[in-house]
Formats: sequence, structure tokens, C-alpha cells
Amino acid sequence: MPEISRDEVAHLADLARIDLDDTELDHLAPQLNVILEAVASISGVAGDDVPPTSHPFPLTNVFREDVVVPGLSAEQALAGAPAAEEQRFRVPRILGEEQ
Amino acid sequence: MSVPNELITRTAAELADALAAGETTSVELTQVHLDRIAAVDGDADAGVHAFLHVDPEGALAQAAESDARRAAGETRHLLDGVPIAVKDVLATQGLPTTCGSKILEGWVPPYDATVVRRIKDAGLPILGKTNMDEFAMGSSTEHSAYGPTRNPWDQTRIPGGSGGGSAAAVAAFEAPLALGTDTGGSIRQPGAVTGTVGVKPTYGGVSRYGLVALANSLDQVGPVTRTVLDSALLHELIGGHDPLDSTSVDVPVGAYVEAARAGATGDLKGLKVGVIKELAGDGWQPGVMARFAETVDLLKELGAEVTEISCPTFVHAMATYYLILPAECSSNLAKFDAMRYGLRVVPEGDPSAEAVMKATRDAGFGDEVKRRIMIGTYALSSGYYDAYYGQAQKVRTLISRDFAAAFEQVDVLVSPTAPTTAFPLGEKLDDPLAMYLQDLATIPANLAGVPGISVPAGLAEEDGLPVGFQVLAPALADDRLYRVGAAVEAALTSRWGGPILAKAPTLEVAR
Repeated sequence: MPEISRDEVAHLADLARIDLDDTELDHLAPQLNVILEAVASISGVAGDDVPPTSHPFPLTNVFREDVVVPGLSAEQALAGAPAAEEQRFRVPRILGEEQ
Repeated sequence: MSVPNELITRTAAELADALAAGETTSVELTQVHLDRIAAVDGDADAGVHAFLHVDPEGALAQAAESDARRAAGETRHLLDGVPIAVKDVLATQGLPTTCGSKILEGWVPPYDATVVRRIKDAGLPILGKTNMDEFAMGSSTEHSAYGPTRNPWDQTRIPGGSGGGSAAAVAAFEAPLALGTDTGGSIRQPGAVTGTVGVKPTYGGVSRYGLVALANSLDQVGPVTRTVLDSALLHELIGGHDPLDSTSVDVPVGAYVEAARAGATGDLKGLKVGVIKELAGDGWQPGVMARFAETVDLLKELGAEVTEISCPTFVHAMATYYLILPAECSSNLAKFDAMRYGLRVVPEGDPSAEAVMKATRDAGFGDEVKRRIMIGTYALSSGYYDAYYGQAQKVRTLISRDFAAAFEQVDVLVSPTAPTTAFPLGEKLDDPLAMYLQDLATIPANLAGVPGISVPAGLAEEDGLPVGFQVLAPALADDRLYRVGAAVEAALTSRWGGPILAKAPTLEVAR
């Protein structure tokens, strides 16, 4: 398995939306390599004919009657919000300045 | 400080009997446990620190209601009035739920997890929320953002994890019962290293609704207690179908209490037991293996037929688990985005939502959570998906097949629960792989969805610390865990002249 570079770890952190600083990158990058090296041992263990398992007991099409049941009120749903306004979650701007 | 009240040393079943006989009240039981918590639990710096949040007012109010019901001749359940502690990963309406993370500091859920609803409806007062590794990632409870829990047997050592708080609370007599969750051993391994009983039910046997998911295909809620019978009582209460969890299995709850009572008679004639060959060898502590071998001999004395069973793919279980779990958790934890609840860190200037998200997740998540999210992100990224996640899902199939083949030959499988006894705090904190090895014996059950129990097997010669004996059964045959667990418990308790926790040191008063 290829070793992942510090730059790749920075890219992963970006994809995972975690703002790692240089100290954290220095600390975490070698640890991720050790973990990936250990888990790489499974390559080739199962042949192409083995079906994948995503769930211990695959249940499909779990339906219920289409009956309205009470849910959270807007007030309850917003109770933990960092910021709320007019019964809505208030969030920072989602568009960049250039957009 | 006064001598602790004798009531705290009794089992939940005994407390239920005392309530029924009118010898005590729920208010008294709740108060003696709150007193015990106040005396020994301490804080992040000293004491057991099993609790992140204690709710004296709420617990005593629930206890008073229970007493009033009983006085009016109505009880809702055998355990009505017996107090309980709840792992902080389960949503509790009106009580903080942090999952051991800074990102959820101060969050109060607007609803109850189904298992919490069930214990409230049955009348069990909730003493508080127990400490855990952040988002249940870890085997030592040291990854809690609020400071570690300490093992009541030796407070310089880990209580196991991720549910170290629930196990330590029960071991330290701060609660007679607790709820835990087990994704790769988080109920069973803490049980092993604290000398308590922990059960991971069959996947789908207990509702996951309101459990803050670590890995949806592996997580399961289960009982944490001091005796097998108490686990059976609690399992019957929390188990059963829940329409709010689409992975909940729609079958009746098993007769676990009956199985535990039958097992306690000590008759295991005709039971076929398989010793898993792969779960032994290098890296397994000699004192752990010695207690395990003795317990296997004990099963033979009780009439069981014991054979060795090979499950060759189990050697790949850890690698499989540490791909599937990070993949699922990286996706699950994407919901902590600083928009709807939890922490929001706003960098200077006029930051975008994305910048807020990144700053919040950096400040709110600890190292282990970051490691796993990034491993998962990597394993799921295009170009690596087939080699990592896809391959892990296939090996998962092979592990299930090993279980299926084994259970064609035997009724239950056994192994030590964890390869070592409780290790010193800090020893593996910055060595993720060494920490992961703690779950070697417990992980296969989660991958295959089968149930498992850990019961105390005695103390290791070299360090005098508890060793756990694990029993695994086929899916939906959880009753076998209780039969075998209770038989082992009854025989060993009689051999020791009392429960294992009678050998634990008296706890110093924390402050």
C-alpha cells in the first residue's frame, strides 16, 4: 500500500472539513500511516467471488403505515441551535465572495 | 466519612425484592447511590470519575413517583424504583448528552432514546450520564474530552472503553445497573477489566434509536451489571422491536431471566462449547490465559463437551473492523457541522459556513476522532474504495461464515474477553494500534452481529486484576449467554466464597 504523504493528510483533513494546523499534521500523519499499514493486511484475503456484507442482517423494505405521528416542534428542534432566527437555523454565509 | 450503606452492595434483583417486600424505598435506594457517587466519584483529576453528569433532583423525583405508585399497589416492572446509570452516548430528554466530546458540550437532546424511554416508563430513576471515550472511540475512556474514568480496582489504571464510565460506576457500587453500547467491545472489555458483567445483544435485538451512532452496522445497546441475572433482567426490559429503528429485528424478546436462573443451577450437561483457537497466543497475558483455561475446565466439570474450533479469518477481524468502522463513522460524524446543534466556532472576519465548519470540527473533536474520520475518508475515497472498504466488506462475509460453520458444531464459542488486564493510564494513549489490539477478541461478534457476554473469571496471578471470560452465541440465541454465564458465575462465586468485587480494594473518598 502506498504511504500517504503529509500533503495527502492535509487534503484528507480538508475533505473531512477539519482545519488541522501544522503541529497536528506533523503528529497525525505518521500515525495514520501506521494504521493504514496495519489494515492493508486484508488485501487479497477475500476472492472476487465473495459477496460484500454491509449489515449483519440485511433487512430490506422496512415499511410502516403512512400515518401522521407527532414530531418535534420548531422550538424543540431549534433548542440546541448555535443561532436561530424566525423559526429557522441561522447559518454563516454559504457563498464565497467571488460568487 | 461514614461506612457506605450496605444497600449499595446488593444486586439489582435483590433491591427489587427489597422494594417489593417493603424493606426499602426507591427514594432511599436512589439517595444511597447518590451519596456513594458524591463520596467516590470525584472529578477529572481524582476519584473514579465514572459520571459526566449526575442528576440528583431528577432521579429523586422519579424515585418518589415510583414509591407513590408502589404505595398505590401499581408497579410497572420488577425493576420499578431500582436506579440506573446511562452511558452519555444515549439521548436523554432534558439531561445533557455529550458523547464525551467538546463538540456536544452542553447539548440537551429534545427527545429520549428508545432504551431510555423504556427504562423511564418502567420506573427506573436515572442517576446520571456516564463517561466514555469520545463518540465511543477507544478502549480506555482516556479519549473522553472531560478526563478519564479510573478503574475502581486500581485508580492508576484504565477502566476499559469506550464504556469505562458505566462499568466503573457499577464496579464502584455507584449504580446497581447501567446501560452501555458495544461497537467492537465497548461493553464487554470494560466488564472484563472491572470485574463486572457486560452483554452485547444480537444486532437488531435492542433499539438503536437515540443512540448517537458510531458505526450503524456494528453498534448495539446492552446491559452493564454486577451479575448475570441483573443483565438478563435489564436486557428483557430494553430489548424488543422498535418501529423507530429500521434495523430492529421483529422477533419476541427471549427468556433471558429464565435462562439465567436455569444456568445458575450449574447444570450444563450436553452443552457443546468451542474454544476459539485463534484467540490465544502471542500478546495474550499469561494470567489471563490461566484464568481462561480454568474456566474452560470448569465448564467440563459442569457437564459441557468442550472442543477446539478454528475460525481462521478472525485474524483479519481487526483490520476489517478498522476499515469498516472509520468508514461508517466518517460519514456519521459529518452531521457535526456547527449549523443545527452543538459547538460553533467562528473564525475572525466574515467566515463562510465551510470555514466555520472546519474550525468547529478542529476545536470540537479530539485526536482519536480526527484519526478515524480521516482513515474513513481515505478508505472511502475513489481509487481506494475497492482496495480498502470493499475488501473489508468481503472479509466481513468470511468472518460471518466462520461463525456459521462453528455454530454448526457447537452451541457457544468461548475466549478470554480481552488479551490483558487493565493497563496503566497513559500507556497506550498515543499508540493507536496498541489500543486497537484490546478489542481483538470482541470485534468478530460485532462484525457478524452475534451476541456476546463477559463474566468475571477471577484475578490474574501477576497483577491481581480482573479477567473476563467471553461467551458468544448464534444470532438471536442470546439466552445461551445467560445460561452459560450464570453457570460460570455461580460456580466461581461459590469457589471464591463471594462475588469477585468483594476482593476489590475499599475506595478512598475522593474529597
